Amino acid sequence: MNAPVSVRQSRSQPDGATGVPAILLIPASIAVAFLVLPLAALLVRAPWSTLGSLLSTPEVRDALRLSVVSASLATLISLVVGVPLAWVLARSQIRGRGVLRALVTVPLVLPPVVGGVALLLALGRRGVLGEPLYSATGVSFPFTTTAVVLAQTFVAMPFLIISVEGSLRAADRRYEDAAATLGAGRAMTFRRVTLPLIAPGVAAGAVLCWARALGEFGATITFAGNFPGTTRTMTLQVYLALETDPDAAIALSLVLLAVSILTLGLLRDRWLMRT
Amino acid sequence: MRPPGRPPALQSVVLGLLGLFGVLGLLGCGASDPPTTEAGTAGEERISGTVTVFAAASLTDVFTVLGDRFEAEHQDVTVVFNFAASSTLAQQITQGAPVDVFASASAATMQTVVDAGLIVAEPEVFVQNTLQIVVPAGNPGAVTGLEDFTNPDLIIALCSAEVPCGAAAVRVFEAGGLTPQPDTLEQDVRAVLTKVELGEVDAALVYRTDVLAAGEAVEGIDFSQSSEAVNDYPIALLAGSPNPGAAAALVEFTASPAGLDVLAAAGFQIPEG
Repeated sequence: MNAPVSVRQSRSQPDGATGVPAILLIPASIAVAFLVLPLAALLVRAPWSTLGSLLSTPEVRDALRLSVVSASLATLISLVVGVPLAWVLARSQIRGRGVLRALVTVPLVLPPVVGGVALLLALGRRGVLGEPLYSATGVSFPFTTTAVVLAQTFVAMPFLIISVEGSLRAADRRYEDAAATLGAGRAMTFRRVTLPLIAPGVAAGAVLCWARALGEFGATITFAGNFPGTTRTMTLQVYLALETDPDAAIALSLVLLAVSILTLGLLRDRWLMRT
Repeated sequence: MRPPGRPPALQSVVLGLLGLFGVLGLLGCGASDPPTTEAGTAGEERISGTVTVFAAASLTDVFTVLGDRFEAEHQDVTVVFNFAASSTLAQQITQGAPVDVFASASAATMQTVVDAGLIVAEPEVFVQNTLQIVVPAGNPGAVTGLEDFTNPDLIIALCSAEVPCGAAAVRVFEAGGLTPQPDTLEQDVRAVLTKVELGEVDAALVYRTDVLAAGEAVEGIDFSQSSEAVNDYPIALLAGSPNPGAAAALVEFTASPAGLDVLAAAGFQIPEG
């Protein structure tokens, strides 16, 4: 019964060495060219000879340090509150889980600048939560490094949640059941069995979250403003440099491109090798 | 279809690239209506099509009104605006953006486009503007003058020094011998104004016209050093203008009595002569 089927399959295989029909190859080539050409242009136009001096100015070092510190803090916050939320979404029986998942993943598809406006209206000095906080304590978030971290967390945490939730769903629950039968409590089971089981997913989510936080622009410039050393991250620096010193903008872009490629390298087992 | 024995990959990639550039080319051409300029019976040229205007952020409201009035007089013309910091616009123009008219908030910014050889004739200064202190309604920071900008406890927004309103701010602080303590350097004057309207900052420097445009959400405070930085607004036709006839008519309209009325009502100063 199997033989004729396999023959037909092999006959419908496209000819040629690539195994890709021409009707797919042409649009696929367009897609490749469209995605790769701009990055190649960045490399072609890069001011390689002055790269070192362009990247060693105090402003660039400030922006780089601020970006790395704020993105790392945003990732840390996302881990502390995002992993438990992922567990709730994947394992709990609470009502309205679907709605909850939809709500917390909105920032994933929301234009970041809209996220910035929303943060301003919620946590700004005249915001829904920000106003009572300001009148009670005198603390206000906009134009501070805290605001940068908040903006990045808002935009990046959903990436971590989705990644960890996927891992939790894929994990074999029998290990947890076994732990429970052996007398482990729910907290103990989560800490000693579930977490180690989903560690690769958590790591991948954290890397993705960190990269997204590092690239954050719209929410940051809207909610946190733009001041060197406090709120001017790498992406804001690129945007500013483009007006005054395009070479510096290209040099900074190269750094962010290198970070992105490194991120892909760290994720390659999960994404690139998937077949 | 394909010659036998020939590897298809390279051929298809080349075809694909040609296709991509073809599509991009079509998009580029299709973006604006083709202008037509016919000689009318009264000797006056009949204009049509789209006029693309790049204008300083501070001109947002007043040029939108001017554009509507112009369209009402010329039914076949559509005016399209791109409002942003003048320096951003100048950068986009020198990078090849298809523009008919450029109105800048400073002569220095206009000069970068002139230097790139992209302007037909000498740009004309059509309005002037000065800075004013702007605070949220009720003045929560109790700001009285430029000296308050040195108070680190107040939340202060200024334009980035690269954009005309920021350059003007640098000049007034120098004139006053003051070192401001800003908390954010925004990319255009309207971004500064928005932060004041939302009440997120205690004080900022914007143009007098912006304070008027914001209405009751803000209060303006005059300061003596504002005369040290009078911003000239030049307007010019671009050499690569896709629709030069309609573009020239629009520039003329801004200098007409009707156009000047709109500009003056918005708080702009009209230069003598």
